[in-house]
Amino acid sequence: MILKEFRQMRRDRRTVALMVGLPLVMLIIFGYAARFDVTEIETAVLGPGADIAAAQLDDAFTIVKQDPAGTDADARTMLADSEAAVAIVTGADPKLYVDGTELFIAQSALRRGDSLPAGVQGEILFNPELSTSAVMVPSLIGLILLFIGTVITSLGVVREREQGTLEQLAVTPLRPIDVIIGKIAPYFAVALIDMIIITLTGILIFNVPFRGSLFLFAVFGFIYLFVVLGFGVLISTVSRSQGEAIQLAIMVLLPQVMLSGMIFPLKSMAAGVRWIGYLLPLTYFVQAMRGIFLKASSFGALLTPLIVLTVMAVAVFGLAVWRFRRDVAPQTAKAVAS
Amino acid sequence: MTWGATDLTVTYGETAALSAVTVECVPGEILAVVGGDGAGKSTLLKALAGIGVLHQGTLTLPARGLTGYVPSEGGIYRDLTINEHLDFVSNAYGLSDWRARAADLLARTDLADFSDRLAGKLSGGQRRKLGAAMALLPRPELLVLDEVTTGVDPVSRMGLWRLIAGAAAEGAAVVFATSYLDEAERAGTVLLLHDGRVLAAGSPAEVAAAMPGTVTESDQRGAPERSWPRGRRWRDWDPNGVRTGERVSLEDAAIVAELIATGEAS
Repeated sequence: MILKEFRQMRRDRRTVALMVGLPLVMLIIFGYAARFDVTEIETAVLGPGADIAAAQLDDAFTIVKQDPAGTDADARTMLADSEAAVAIVTGADPKLYVDGTELFIAQSALRRGDSLPAGVQGEILFNPELSTSAVMVPSLIGLILLFIGTVITSLGVVREREQGTLEQLAVTPLRPIDVIIGKIAPYFAVALIDMIIITLTGILIFNVPFRGSLFLFAVFGFIYLFVVLGFGVLISTVSRSQGEAIQLAIMVLLPQVMLSGMIFPLKSMAAGVRWIGYLLPLTYFVQAMRGIFLKASSFGALLTPLIVLTVMAVAVFGLAVWRFRRDVAPQTAKAVAS
Repeated sequence: MTWGATDLTVTYGETAALSAVTVECVPGEILAVVGGDGAGKSTLLKALAGIGVLHQGTLTLPARGLTGYVPSEGGIYRDLTINEHLDFVSNAYGLSDWRARAADLLARTDLADFSDRLAGKLSGGQRRKLGAAMALLPRPELLVLDEVTTGVDPVSRMGLWRLIAGAAAEGAAVVFATSYLDEAERAGTVLLLHDGRVLAAGSPAEVAAAMPGTVTESDQRGAPERSWPRGRRWRDWDPNGVRTGERVSLEDAAIVAELIATGEAS
């Protein structure tokens, strides 16, 4: 029995890679990613005493803007637009503004108060109680949609291929594009309903505020769904069985959980793994959701995540549809000159 | 109009699944494709169903939507009921007046009493019959059935055979793959495949008559390379035997053809 299992395992290279290679990669990557201690706090120092205050700050405060002419309103705007996580406004009544949507960064900034100007009054914006659920619920929307998009969609397509029903569709008048749309549309609809349910649950049960634009929320949800459903279809095109599809989906899901900034701040990650986070769609969706839910971020402030997610949607979904048409969808026989 | 393939060659990498196979599917007639495992039966049937197999040669097939196909896996959605399957097929084919036809097919397959049952809870034979009913619903001009009777009890096999014969009577060209030679004898034409090549083709009687030598039956096994069991007795092929009018079964002819093709009897 043991010998049989080893023989089967030897021929199932993907499983062996998952069992041996993945833990090693995870250990290395997550060892550098899983850090609660923030050593880089993007800080804006504004007001007449900006130069002096900036010179006194702890090394952890990375100055992104130093402007003696900057005002209290400028500080709030910079935090709302995520241009800085902390803003210090000097003057007769010095103020420290902290972005409450970045839990660990905010806590780290507050702990380093010794280097701040004397008499500074601290204020946590957007999430004054530093509530974990206020930060996590908007992020979880992205994670749950990612789960539905990758695992459920890929399983649905692979199951149909295993049953031989995709082949059977080839003889019907349905075109490959009809099959693709027919397969994906229901998952899209269910995922949209899921998104609404999670959002309402978060608002009603966990008292998560929704301060931003409903329209922007819908736009981001729509585009993000194309990305995650694209991942699902893409996985189904390279999986011969449902087991393989689940393995691949796990490989897609895990890095997003750890490296998207959902749990650990991107800024606290080593540069060697941080760049991986910037390649993941959940990173941008989390930024957008936290911005919309908690900061009422404007269209301009969310333009970068919007552009990146749109490019990802076109690339991933386009690649998925192309591979589906080529490898999975039923096609009529092609004649080659005899 | 007849359908079929001329000099069809299909290769998977270095392996030729079909080599220069020519087959003709005539409306109103039944063609049985016979062969052992790996003979190329499913590949040939997929090509005839018009499914994306890259090939050399010529395929003459009905327009899209005029072929009915049941794959060897069954092509059944376990989480849909019988009625939902037929409803799906009617939508996929754009059929408008299909309910009477569906009711007739369900009656002929003895599935009418189970129309609201999930396919996953049907017996193997019932699932096969459902697959055939789905393929027949749009009144196909070419009906392609891949091993629909494999693993099916004798009563269900008879039901499936009535369905297949009915389709031919309605004017469809029927082609089915089978490993059961007694079934193949019911077909108008038999195509015997081995390693992707045609060993014999013609009516069951023609294929049997073309067998060289004689086959005799005895209690003792003859030359191991030329004998095979049937029940408790042995069939023994004598390549130099001279027939004196005795009937040769299709099964004997098919086994002899394979022995010759594999060179085991030489």
